[in-house]
Amino acid sequence: MGMGILVNSNTRVLVQGVTGREGSFHTKLMLDYGTKIVAGTSPGKRGNYVHGVPVYNTVREVIAEQGSPDASIVFVPAKFAADAVYEAIDGNIKLIVVITEGIPLHDELKFVNYARKRGVIIVGPNTPGVMTVEECKLGIMPAHVFRKGRVGLVSRSGTLTYEVARELSKRGYGVSTVIGLGGDPVTGLDFIEVAELFFKDKETDAIVLIGEIGGDAEERFAEYYSGASSKKPVVAYVAGKTAPPGKKMGHAGAIISMGMGDYESKKKSLEKARIPLAETPSQIPLLLDELLKKQ
Amino acid sequence: MKLYEYEAKEIASRYGIPVPRGKLARTPDEAYIVASELGSTVIKAQVLVGGRGLAGGVKIAQTPWEAREAAFKLLESSIRGVKVNIVLVEEKICVSRELYLSLTIDRAMRKPVFLVSEMGGVEIEDLARKYPGKVHRIHVDPEVGYSDYMSRIALSALNLPWSSLSELSSIMKSMYRIMVEYDAELVEFNPLAYSCEGKLIALDAKIIIDDNSLPRHPDLQELYGRELTSYEKKARELGFSYVELDGDIGVISNGAGLTMATMDSILFYGGKPANFLDIGGGASRERVREAVKLMLNHPRTRVLLVNIFGGITRCDEVALGIIEALKEVSQVKPIVVRMLGTNEEEGRRILLEQGISVFVEMDDAVKTAVNLTLK
Repeated sequence: MGMGILVNSNTRVLVQGVTGREGSFHTKLMLDYGTKIVAGTSPGKRGNYVHGVPVYNTVREVIAEQGSPDASIVFVPAKFAADAVYEAIDGNIKLIVVITEGIPLHDELKFVNYARKRGVIIVGPNTPGVMTVEECKLGIMPAHVFRKGRVGLVSRSGTLTYEVARELSKRGYGVSTVIGLGGDPVTGLDFIEVAELFFKDKETDAIVLIGEIGGDAEERFAEYYSGASSKKPVVAYVAGKTAPPGKKMGHAGAIISMGMGDYESKKKSLEKARIPLAETPSQIPLLLDELLKKQ
Repeated sequence: MKLYEYEAKEIASRYGIPVPRGKLARTPDEAYIVASELGSTVIKAQVLVGGRGLAGGVKIAQTPWEAREAAFKLLESSIRGVKVNIVLVEEKICVSRELYLSLTIDRAMRKPVFLVSEMGGVEIEDLARKYPGKVHRIHVDPEVGYSDYMSRIALSALNLPWSSLSELSSIMKSMYRIMVEYDAELVEFNPLAYSCEGKLIALDAKIIIDDNSLPRHPDLQELYGRELTSYEKKARELGFSYVELDGDIGVISNGAGLTMATMDSILFYGGKPANFLDIGGGASRERVREAVKLMLNHPRTRVLLVNIFGGITRCDEVALGIIEALKEVSQVKPIVVRMLGTNEEEGRRILLEQGISVFVEMDDAVKTAVNLTLK
């Protein structure tokens, strides 16, 4: 019990926006996975139940009647998402997973800074969430493609992560915890912070990092990795080699702009840090084989 | 969403930032009239692509006749493939030094940041690469906002005299207000001129608005999409994330990362993707149908590759969407499908009946699509 990073089988979860289409659908799937959901919020819906989960109007009511949740997952629409995040932060919830896509950039900047100053971890926004396999799913990922194992998976994308998890499974690798950083330019966590958690986690032997064009999160990770004293093997994949500059590739954060964030720059930095870079998702487990054999 | 230079300057001017006097012209005659009030002028093509100066989109005129001539040439031309419809005619400023000043978002620090350099007039891309030591960064805490000490740091980085401090401070303060009030991700003046008279003037201006914020700026939302190609526009109207490329393999996939990975794999196996099209999660039959129709009708598509990794996507729905599209499109082009998810068997059966092979592995599907284009 209590393996993996950020969430485990003891994590008590609140679902914000629980009565919405996405919120209620994924509440069901998370419950099926075994996630301990203690309550949901949806303004004006107090007294209802969603798949057996009691619904409250405010986070304050949840705390008063159910005790403090350890984590919250936010399904609230973009226009109201920032408000929901502040409510969770001010309710002293220490881990907030923001699934919502399309939140205005300056709203994100503000609540991410607000959270960091108060020691609150934000996963996302625009993330598939975080899941410690066979313990706790705090997200929308299809659970069946992840098999239990010792690889930590950290990614800026959703579907591609599922593809990679499937490739890993085919080759006999499983996952300890999978975490989506989120597809927006500003996110609560970055590769360095997640890697540090994985380096400390006894259940994780190696890390697979899935990056994409835009920003310099991969470059900064590579530089950090070169200098890190205690570390674990990392294999990387970066999507967007064929992406033209100045175009947003689906994610708000996936854009080569002001001369920053192209594939070549990430490739160069990762190679310099001696992190093997896969050219296709199917190469990832092969590179892991080589890397772990050398150890 | 990028704003035109003249729009960015209108905003800057409203916030008290000095810009050259000038007016828009849509015909050479209009340019003549504007120029006759201004003396020596600069005629600038209004396009939303970068590198305008190098592409010949900026001309200098000493007389109204020269301005007319310059406008005539620009209005006949295209800059990097974009037709010029409007020019901005501005008074020519006597420039002593060209500086760089912008406000953007530092993703790593999760804060707005002023970028300041005394080497203006060069694209920031080149500037940061060639003279990384010449670009100074001043971060702003979004909970606190702009504070005057920032302009004192900038003043020294720009090597400006103490007498310019109040001007610079007022410009930077306005930039921050513009960023917040317009939900901008970039406010850039490059160059910011230090004129022969010792005044600061924004010679060029660029503002990029955060797309996610457009719903709260209805006036700007109306303008959205004007820099897109006709195919990009069509795809957006259908609700797809779409980007035009120049290859011949049409790509339809779900999720931004997987769609990019599909394009990259095409390149890896020796082919060229025609586009990026992300249909999003849980694709319905209708969405698949519209995406397939769009890409089969695309003149550059020679082969269509559909790569769906379904968590909750139903493969029978995807298959039916493809079949429906084929009935409505007269173009006969090969389709390669890879799909995984709920009702996989049923989906495969539906497609096989129509002679379309379905792959389980992404690599196999990509290789097959590439081989079809090499034939």
